[in-house]
Amino acid sequence: MVTNVTSFGRSGLYDWVVQRLTAVYLGIYFVGLLGYLVTTPEVTFDTWHALFSATWMRVASLAALVAICAHAWVGLWTVTTDYLTTDLLGSKATVIRLAFQATCVIVMFIYLVWGIQILWGV
Amino acid sequence: MLVSLYRYNPEVDAKPRMQDYDVELPAGKDLMVLDVLELLKRQDPSIAYRRSCREGVCGSDGMNISGTNGLACITPVSAAVRGGKLVLRPLPGLPVIRDLVVDMTVFYKQFEKVQPFLINNTPAPAIERLQSPEDREKLDGLYECILCACCSTNCPSFWWNPEKFIGPAGLLQAYRFLADSRDTATDARLANLEDPFSVFRCRGIMNCVAVCPKGLNPTRAIGHIRSMLMQRAT
Repeated sequence: MVTNVTSFGRSGLYDWVVQRLTAVYLGIYFVGLLGYLVTTPEVTFDTWHALFSATWMRVASLAALVAICAHAWVGLWTVTTDYLTTDLLGSKATVIRLAFQATCVIVMFIYLVWGIQILWGV
Repeated sequence: MLVSLYRYNPEVDAKPRMQDYDVELPAGKDLMVLDVLELLKRQDPSIAYRRSCREGVCGSDGMNISGTNGLACITPVSAAVRGGKLVLRPLPGLPVIRDLVVDMTVFYKQFEKVQPFLINNTPAPAIERLQSPEDREKLDGLYECILCACCSTNCPSFWWNPEKFIGPAGLLQAYRFLADSRDTATDARLANLEDPFSVFRCRGIMNCVAVCPKGLNPTRAIGHIRSMLMQRAT
């Protein structure tokens, strides 16, 4: 068993399930959104505003936002542990990796809060 | 025929180099790459490589043949030559000891981690532990691995994390014992594989499947391990 403290659920299985479930949800959400754009004869500010004023759309969009954050974290964490390693970067790798991971978390958190503000500010 | 060979002797050379050799091949015969190496060795006895059975059973002569990992003894020259040239390099991703000989310690360490032996603490029966033909069939495509390391050294995930990711060869053997009806350590074996690296560093690239000289499918075995982990955890 390889130990790790920075992965999402500290379990490969958990991360793997999260990444796949969020992928499916994001697929459905964006295909749905695309479907709306294609089937709506004329997309104006008013129709777009009406769509995002509905509570169900806000809930669905917030879920998509959370899903993106979780999905991106699992993916970026994997990338950092593949490429920002001692083998490739030398002794400073741990500091660089942790700094990059922390930056990712902060950016995702900002996007999440900002996204909620936008969704409920419509 | 022109053969470009990776040469490196850490005791003498500062860094590795590619050395070109001209080899006279007997007409009307398709030699194996290993035969070419034997001819080369007559020309230059300082060339180092591993070999033993010369029929694809021992797994000693795994190497990178014109860009693709394979066993030199069962790869025909006709299939390996690109533009009239045969390029031979050691298996990628492992430290080179000399020329085509690599240090396989990390590969064996990962193999050791999966406890590649039958674990059954119930009292042994008088003659043998019986298995139904159906259960025995589940081991087909798993037990045939000869540990040549062609798959693991062709896997980017193994290149980046050779100390943490078990790699296709080790995982194929892990599943070989998970699938064995006579093994009783299934739960402990799965518990050891659940972390983010051992199994889950596999991104399904399938390089392992593409190069296995025995035609085995480690990616499928890894998929089965994931399903078993899912069943255990949900």
